[in-house]
Amino acid sequence: MMEAAATSGAYWLRLIIGLVVVLIFSQLNALFLVWLERKVAGHIQVRLGPMEVGPHGLLQTIVDGIKLVGKELITPARADRKLFVIAPVLVFMPVLVAFLVLPFGPDLIIRDMNVGLLLIFAFSTFSVLAILVGGWASNNKYALLGAIRSVAQAVAYEIPLLLSVMSVVIMVNSFRFSELVMAQQRVWFVFLQPVAALIYFICATAETNRAPFDIPEAESELVAGFHTEYSGMRFGLFFLAEYTNMFIVCAVATSLFFGGWHGPFGFSFKIPGVVWFLAKTYVLLFVLMWFRWTFPRVRFDQLMNFSWKVLIPLSMLNLVITALVLKFV
Amino acid sequence: MGYWKDIVLGGWSLIEGMKVTGRALFKPVVTVQYPRRHLEMSPAYRGHIELKVFPETGTHGCIACGTCQRVCPSHVIKVQGVKAHARSGKIATHYVIDYTRCSLCGLCVESCPTQTLKFSTEYELASDSRWDGVVDLVLRMEESRS
Repeated sequence: MMEAAATSGAYWLRLIIGLVVVLIFSQLNALFLVWLERKVAGHIQVRLGPMEVGPHGLLQTIVDGIKLVGKELITPARADRKLFVIAPVLVFMPVLVAFLVLPFGPDLIIRDMNVGLLLIFAFSTFSVLAILVGGWASNNKYALLGAIRSVAQAVAYEIPLLLSVMSVVIMVNSFRFSELVMAQQRVWFVFLQPVAALIYFICATAETNRAPFDIPEAESELVAGFHTEYSGMRFGLFFLAEYTNMFIVCAVATSLFFGGWHGPFGFSFKIPGVVWFLAKTYVLLFVLMWFRWTFPRVRFDQLMNFSWKVLIPLSMLNLVITALVLKFV
Repeated sequence: MGYWKDIVLGGWSLIEGMKVTGRALFKPVVTVQYPRRHLEMSPAYRGHIELKVFPETGTHGCIACGTCQRVCPSHVIKVQGVKAHARSGKIATHYVIDYTRCSLCGLCVESCPTQTLKFSTEYELASDSRWDGVVDLVLRMEESRS
């Protein structure tokens, strides 16, 4: 079907509309999430958060964005100029690609690829490369340390992430997002695979460099980590990519474990699927923020120990048990 | 069995932590939106000193004895008074403090024989000239009464 459509104008129209919508959505989503983050942080600390610009500070992030656009782009004197400039673009590009296959609703997938899930993980690994490039090109010890930590962390946490996702994939026998979501029409996989869901969520927190796993940008040790030397909209792109990445990992969690566009237990309450999907994703995003303002940052050895000694064995065990149950029951 | 115990206990402590922050999320905020809302200061607040107004006389009780002037470690107080006629006691006409150098030790308040000094609850003291910190308390009292 895809091959037949590929030659027609409708195919290109679909891609272009999808791209425009994704660009607009990712910007608006990041603006909203930054605002939400500051609000959640505020209320957890029994204060108000942004209140001045717009109703309850809603327009605060737009004003901040305008400020960022207006600022000078500074390149450090002995930085690797080409890599330094290209890193913010590199970090944002894979984020956009991931939107290609996210299943927002039964008819709201830009391209329902048979390797959808793999594509997302392949490209999200790519953003680690961008962080390494940015940290290396800055010619700054803090940036380099942040970048190196980020790579070490990504290597450690990608394994349990993929293992926990594998245990869902072997249940459905597909990497295609529409099939993964359709399989959860009655029962969400979070009830069948609670351990995998938990491990996925922990690893997703680490993958997006969020507290308590935010050692690549640990403010108290590394100034700002890999983006220490970035200013203006180059910094803005790193920031945007971080928040869009948060959305992506939560959207993947929603479609893998929380039933995607389905309502609970097959009841949809006449609410459109995309609303269900976005509602669940934003609840997960809220939990990520809740994590950030609750847990202190882990030490580097704790981070590595936790991944190699706890998450990887547990996810491996979970995968083996799932495989055995599928084979013999 | 330390391995599993660590995981379970550690996980439980994380949930406990999230309960604490979760509850804080719905607590009423303590922030006061300052320029729009003002707090009522507690009477124990120590602002700069001020002359008390006694309801019996309708005015302050300062006899310009100069005890506060002498006891002040920073020499920021200047009192002047006049006698209405030869037999009467002195009454202060000018009571000037340089609040910018006052250390709020409170010796003047303690030493005042007529107990006519108190701490005000004034806290918005920012201004653009250092002479704004030099206040005549008698003048101030009269302005606040009118």
